[in-house]
Amino acid sequence: MTRQMTGAKMVIQALKDQGVDVVFGYPGGAVLPIYDEIFQQNDIRHVLVRHEQGAVHAAEGYARSTGKPGVCLVTSGPGATNAVTGLTDALMDSIPIIVLTGQVPTFMIGNDAFQEADTVGITRPCTKHNWLVRETSKLSETIHQAFHVATQGRPGPVLVDIPKDVQFASASYTPPGKSRTSHYAPRMKGDIDAITKLVEMMEKAERPVFYTGGGVINSGPAASQLLRELVGATGFPITSTLMGLGAYPASGEQWLGMLGMHGLYEANLAMHGCDLMINIGARFDDRITGRLDSFSPGSKKVHIDIDPSSINKVIHVDVPIIGDVGHVLEDILKVWKSRGRKTNSAAVGKWWSKIEEWKKVNCLAFEQKGKTILPQYALSRLEELTKKHDRYICTEVGQHQMWAAQYLGFEDPNRWMTSGGLGTMGYGFPASVGVQMAHPDALVINVAGEASWLMNMQEMGTAVQYRLPVKQFILNNERLGMVRQWQELLHGERYSQSWSEALPDFVKLAEAFGAKGILCKDPADLDDAIMEMINHDGPVIFDCLVEKHENCFPMIPSGEPHNKMLLGSASTKDAIGASGAVMV
Amino acid sequence: MSALKIKKGSSRHSAYDLRDPNGELIERHTLAVLVENEPGVLARVIGLFSGRGYNIESLTVAEVDHSGHLSRITIVTTGTPAVIEQIKAQLGRIVPVHDVHDLTVEGRPVERELALLKVSGTGEKRVEALRLADIFRANVVDSTLGSFVFEITGTSEKIDAFADLMRPLGLEETARTGVAALSRGAD
Repeated sequence: MTRQMTGAKMVIQALKDQGVDVVFGYPGGAVLPIYDEIFQQNDIRHVLVRHEQGAVHAAEGYARSTGKPGVCLVTSGPGATNAVTGLTDALMDSIPIIVLTGQVPTFMIGNDAFQEADTVGITRPCTKHNWLVRETSKLSETIHQAFHVATQGRPGPVLVDIPKDVQFASASYTPPGKSRTSHYAPRMKGDIDAITKLVEMMEKAERPVFYTGGGVINSGPAASQLLRELVGATGFPITSTLMGLGAYPASGEQWLGMLGMHGLYEANLAMHGCDLMINIGARFDDRITGRLDSFSPGSKKVHIDIDPSSINKVIHVDVPIIGDVGHVLEDILKVWKSRGRKTNSAAVGKWWSKIEEWKKVNCLAFEQKGKTILPQYALSRLEELTKKHDRYICTEVGQHQMWAAQYLGFEDPNRWMTSGGLGTMGYGFPASVGVQMAHPDALVINVAGEASWLMNMQEMGTAVQYRLPVKQFILNNERLGMVRQWQELLHGERYSQSWSEALPDFVKLAEAFGAKGILCKDPADLDDAIMEMINHDGPVIFDCLVEKHENCFPMIPSGEPHNKMLLGSASTKDAIGASGAVMV
Repeated sequence: MSALKIKKGSSRHSAYDLRDPNGELIERHTLAVLVENEPGVLARVIGLFSGRGYNIESLTVAEVDHSGHLSRITIVTTGTPAVIEQIKAQLGRIVPVHDVHDLTVEGRPVERELALLKVSGTGEKRVEALRLADIFRANVVDSTLGSFVFEITGTSEKIDAFADLMRPLGLEETARTGVAALSRGAD
């Protein structure tokens, strides 16, 4: 039996039928009918953010930490344009989110009406797909399609633009089961011939490496389990991109650490020296490959990806396998086991002894001495004191993000929320709000730099209003640290606009919002201060004053190959001049 | 391991200094893209080409299956083999795209373009224009005492050749449809 209802009610009904429990949003003229419906129900919780960008990042945090799509509701015009950064971020990192925007009534579209923007036009290049719904009769079906497109295949952000008259008008509601899903149905199973070819290569490989990415996490927890099984059974080393951390546990025996521009020495050299590279759900991003013509010169490359456009986009691969990581891993294991679980263990053993040599370089070594906290030390202590907790980590973008990736250990997928592809400063704080909404009892920490954090600091209001005990762990060096580092290394130490002048007193700022502020500047006080942060039942701004001129190492300078890595001053402190630690 | 020489003040190592790794020969391909006939679908296709820096030599679009709501976009594009592959994969990602055919790979396709050319002149030039039109099997679809509008159908090269000949004879305006193409033989 079909049910007649208004478009506004349909939105709520469709969200309920899609299993949505939280919506992040901000009201405005063009979404008032939907907000009226939100007022009259209790199934879906609405989180009032303080800026629409915050709503989208919060939805991203929710999505990444749960595996379910995140939902936002914002108004027309500025509401929609403020969502653009979050949409682009979600597109780059393949995060499933659904953004519902209000629009001026259909009869006013194109007239430059108040708060009118060409939302579908503006967001066309930064969504996986978007829709302008002109008839109420198509609204529910479109929302169901939006969930389908956002979550199937390579996940991504979608947007549904809903004019105000469409919200007011009535039509019959189409439930999800009765909706015409679009023809969009990406291929899940990989080609079995290609998988067999990969298994043959695995059996013979002398210097294999697994190179995994966010695709493993997006494929779901089962994919991470299968990955662990495959890695454990074959005995091959594994490294991961920034986006893929947690798919394989950091405490796992075969873990080499993150690879890439600020990846670990052993991970990058393994990539450079391997003879078989098995890329699982990663995309040969430029932060990973470095210089293309000398990227892993001696290896055969296999690429597993659900998106055919990722194949051969940057790096030519020998065996492409198009399909969902979970499905493909299952088949790899099946084929490999049925052929007798063979590997070239003698050669792989030698490969491991080479890797052990690289590990001895201890590229993350640092020495905490003196009265100033090193950021590496701060994160090492944070790791030590929080790793036993049910913990979720978000980050902003910059040095602190790379240090967090290096010094924190991730044992499980969906525990690490960071803006990888777009590199959005201001991502972490609202993301932590979204994560905490999904996991009310967990310890949610946003590792931040003071500059990034200020970009969306208005969300303190949200955190306090909803009593979300998010911990803002700010490594405060009063600098745009990564910009400063590049200026030091590549621009003749001309520090153009890369310092943070006129910073707020973060403790007073926290208090002004009704939250707790903690200032820590002495390494001796750090553990107690971190414990105080953990034990406080409420949002905390932790202002950790750190060394102002610390650089993030290891580092592959742009345009250089993996084996031209710069190591930090800690390991080469006698060999470097006063001007900086530019040592290989 | 040697010290990396990064000159102070140098910006040669910028991340944005990445070169095209595929310095191969440029190929010309005709793609047939079957899309759902919904608002904005052409903008998605064109936006893909402009956003990712691909070339469009010609593009035609029209509904070809009214009951199925399907339109056919015929795109002539150029690029290295790697770029052409990437264009096809990127087109395939667009949600309302049903099918992407590389007609050039599937066999030399039948390609036709229609053009209207306005040529004005009198006396010997006018007679010459008419004579050449006859050779090219172009039709006169409008005439005044001082001008003709010719209609010509053929490959893009044929139309180029005809336009080149008309230029000294008083070519004033040209309107071209862009290429429509089908693969040869039964499907």
